[in-house]
Amino acid sequence: MTFTYAAATPYAGIPRRGPLTRLLEDERWLAVALLLPTVLLLGLFIAYPFVKGVELSVTDAKVGVPGHFVGLQNFAQIWNDGIFHVAVWNTCLYTAVTTVFKLALGLWLALLLNNNFKGKAFTRAFILLPFIIPTVLSTLAWKWMFDPTFSVINYLLFQLGIIHARINWLGDPNLALISVIIVNVWRGVPFYAISLLAGLQTISPELHEAAAIDGARAWQRFRHVTWPLLLPVTLVIVLFSVIQTFADFQLVYVLTGGGPANATQLFATYAYQIGIGTGLLSQGATISLAVFPVLLLVVIVQLLYIRRVETH
Amino acid sequence: MARIDRRRLLKLSGAGTVAASAGGLAGILASGRAPAYAQAATVHWLRWSDFVPASDQLLRNKIVPQCEKDIGIKLNLETVNANDIQARITSAVQSGSGPDIIMVVNNWPRLYEASVADVSDVAEEIGKAQGGYYDIAQTINNVGGKWIGVPWAIGGGLLTNRTSWFAEIGYSEGKFPGTWEEYRAAGKKLKAAGRPFGQTLGHTFGDAPGFWYPYLWSWGGKEVEADGKTVALNSKETIESVKFAVGFWKDCCDEGGLAWDDSSNNRAFLSGTISSTNNGASIYLEAKKKPDAYLTEKGTPLWKDIFHTRLPKGPDGQFALPGPFTDMVMSYSKNQKPAKDFLRWVHSKPVFEQWFTSQQGYTDGATKYWEEDPVWNIDPVLLPFRDLPNVGRLVGYAGPPGRAAAEAVTKYIIVDMYTKAVQGMSAEDAVKWAHEELVKVYA
Repeated sequence: MTFTYAAATPYAGIPRRGPLTRLLEDERWLAVALLLPTVLLLGLFIAYPFVKGVELSVTDAKVGVPGHFVGLQNFAQIWNDGIFHVAVWNTCLYTAVTTVFKLALGLWLALLLNNNFKGKAFTRAFILLPFIIPTVLSTLAWKWMFDPTFSVINYLLFQLGIIHARINWLGDPNLALISVIIVNVWRGVPFYAISLLAGLQTISPELHEAAAIDGARAWQRFRHVTWPLLLPVTLVIVLFSVIQTFADFQLVYVLTGGGPANATQLFATYAYQIGIGTGLLSQGATISLAVFPVLLLVVIVQLLYIRRVETH
Repeated sequence: MARIDRRRLLKLSGAGTVAASAGGLAGILASGRAPAYAQAATVHWLRWSDFVPASDQLLRNKIVPQCEKDIGIKLNLETVNANDIQARITSAVQSGSGPDIIMVVNNWPRLYEASVADVSDVAEEIGKAQGGYYDIAQTINNVGGKWIGVPWAIGGGLLTNRTSWFAEIGYSEGKFPGTWEEYRAAGKKLKAAGRPFGQTLGHTFGDAPGFWYPYLWSWGGKEVEADGKTVALNSKETIESVKFAVGFWKDCCDEGGLAWDDSSNNRAFLSGTISSTNNGASIYLEAKKKPDAYLTEKGTPLWKDIFHTRLPKGPDGQFALPGPFTDMVMSYSKNQKPAKDFLRWVHSKPVFEQWFTSQQGYTDGATKYWEEDPVWNIDPVLLPFRDLPNVGRLVGYAGPPGRAAAEAVTKYIIVDMYTKAVQGMSAEDAVKWAHEELVKVYA
C-alpha cells in the first residue's frame, strides 16, 4: 500500500513566523524595540542640544565662527561678571517667591474647585485662561497695565483714593521685580490649581467621611488626610514648575527686557542678550549651562524626597 | 500664446546672461531682457517691519511685482519685528539656510562678518553712481577694503517738540534751547506745568542708546580710545555728564521713562503727556496721518504743533547716533548672484526713489545723492532729518563700531550707567561700574 502524503500545508491558524517576529519574541529585543523611538526622540531633542550646549560652552564660538577649545575660560569669565551675579540672584529670588505663591494660591483654588457648586465645569475651564493664552500676548496686556503713564492699575488705585502719585511699576528696580513676579504667579496658578485638583479627586471621599465621623475638623482633615495623600503629586508639580520658572524668558523679555539697570535680568534673558544679541554663542551657552547644576540639585533632592514619601 | 523655439530661447537667455554677467544693471536694462537663470530665481529678503507702514506696502504691492517683471527675479519679501532679526540670523547662519538677503540695523553687520558674502562690487558701483556713501555707512560696512554689506539707508533720531508749549516759555520762531543747560532750564518750566520731557532709561534697543550715547559724546565722554582697546570711560567729562543727567532727569523728565520701550515715548507724545523726546520722525508722521485722532489740548491737529531739532550742544559739541540700515548677502545663500543683481536693481535711482519717497523723510539715503531728492521739499518739518548722517557718530567711539561696541550696547552699559545714577548711585560709582564692565567687554 502506498501512502501519498499531502503536501505539507501550514495550519491556517498559525501565522508564518518570520525572523523579525522570532527576534521580538525575545523580551530583551522587544524592550529595545519599544524603547527605541523614545530614546531617539530624547536623544534628538534633549540630549543633542544639551551636548551641543556643553560643547559650545568650552569653545570661543561666535555666530558663524566655529571657535576653538578654551576649556573653562567662559565659566571663569561669567564668574567675574557682575551682571551675571545679578541675574543669578534675581532668578533664585524670582523662582522661590513665585513658587511659594503659586503653590499656596493653586492649592487654595484647587480646594475651592473640588467642591460641588453650580457652574463648576465653566469655572474650571475659565481658571485655565491665563495658562492657555500665549504668554507673549498676556504679558503685553500686563505691560499696558503696568505702563508708567497709562496704567489702569494706577488709575483704579488713584480713583479709589489709595494712591496720590502714580506707582512706577516697571521703572523702580524693586517694583519691577515684584511686577514680573506678579505676572508669573498669575500665569502659573492655573497649572498648580488644575494639577492639584486632579490629585484631590483621586482621594477617596470615604477617607474624609471616616475622619469626619471620628470628629476631625476641616483643618484636621486637610492636615492629616488630604495633605499627606496630595504630597507626591504636589512635589512633582513643584518640580516641573521650578524647572520652568528657572528658565523663564518670554515674560521678562516682553515686560522689561531685563531692565531697568538689570533689575529684572534672569538667566535666560541674559543668555539671550549675550548669545543672540552679541553673537557670543559660547558665552550664551555658558550662562544657560550655569543653571544646570542648580536644577540638577533641585531635581535630585525632590526626586529622593518623592521616593521617600511614596515608600512611607 | 507665442511659441518660443529652441533657437529663440537660446538667443533670449544668452542676451540676459551676458548682460547680467558683463554689464550689471546697466547691461540688464540695455538688453531689455531679464537675466536668465536656470529657473526663475527666487530671492528671499528679510527686513524689519518698517516704522512707516506705507513703505512696506509699497515693497509688497509694487516693488515685488516690478522686480519679477524687470529682472525676472521672484522676490520673497518677509518682514519681522526688528528685535527678532538677530534670532533669525543666528539660526540661519548656524543651520546654513535661510534668507538670501537680511537687512540689519546699526553696527550689526560687524557681528556677522564671517557669514556674509563679499558685496564690494555692488556696493562700490552704487556708491560711485550716487555721490558716495556717508562716512558712517562706509565705516560699518567697509572692513579692510571689503564691503560686508550694501548700505540701504540711514535712520536716526532728533528731538520731537511741541511748538506751542515751547513758545509759551519763550522759544518761538525757530528758537530752541541750544545747550544742555538751556534745555534743562526749559524742561524745568515745562515739567512744572505738567509737560515734562520724555526719555527712556530702559532696556530698549533704539531710543535708549539713541539719546544717551550722543549725550555722553557731547560732554566729551567716550567708551574707548581710538585704538579700540583702551577703555576711557572713567573721565572727568563722563562724571560731569552723569551728574548733570541726574538733575536733568529730576527737573525735566517723565520719571516713568525708566521703564519705557521704543514705542512708549511715541504714545506719550501723541497723548499729549510730554513736550519733547528724542525719536525718529515716526511720531510726526503718525500724527500727520491721523489728524483727527491726535489733537492738541485746544482741539487742533497735533501734527501742526510739532517741530524737530537736534539734541543740544554740550561742552564737546553736538552729536547724534544715526541708525544705518544694511543689506547683507549671506554666504550660505545659493542665490548670491541673483541676490546681488536684485540689490543693484533695487538701488537703481528710479526704483529706490519710490521707496525713498514713501519714507517721507523718516530715513536718509546711504549715499549723498539723496540729499537732493525732492522729498525734502515736501515738508519743512522733516527737513532737519536730512542732515543727520553728517553729525553722527557710531557706538564704540573713539574706537571702531565692532563686536565689543555691540556687546556694550547689548548689555546697555552706557544706558545703565545713567540709570544707576538716577536711581541713587553716586556719579563716580556709576561711572566706575560702567568702566569696569567695559574693560571686561574690551578685554
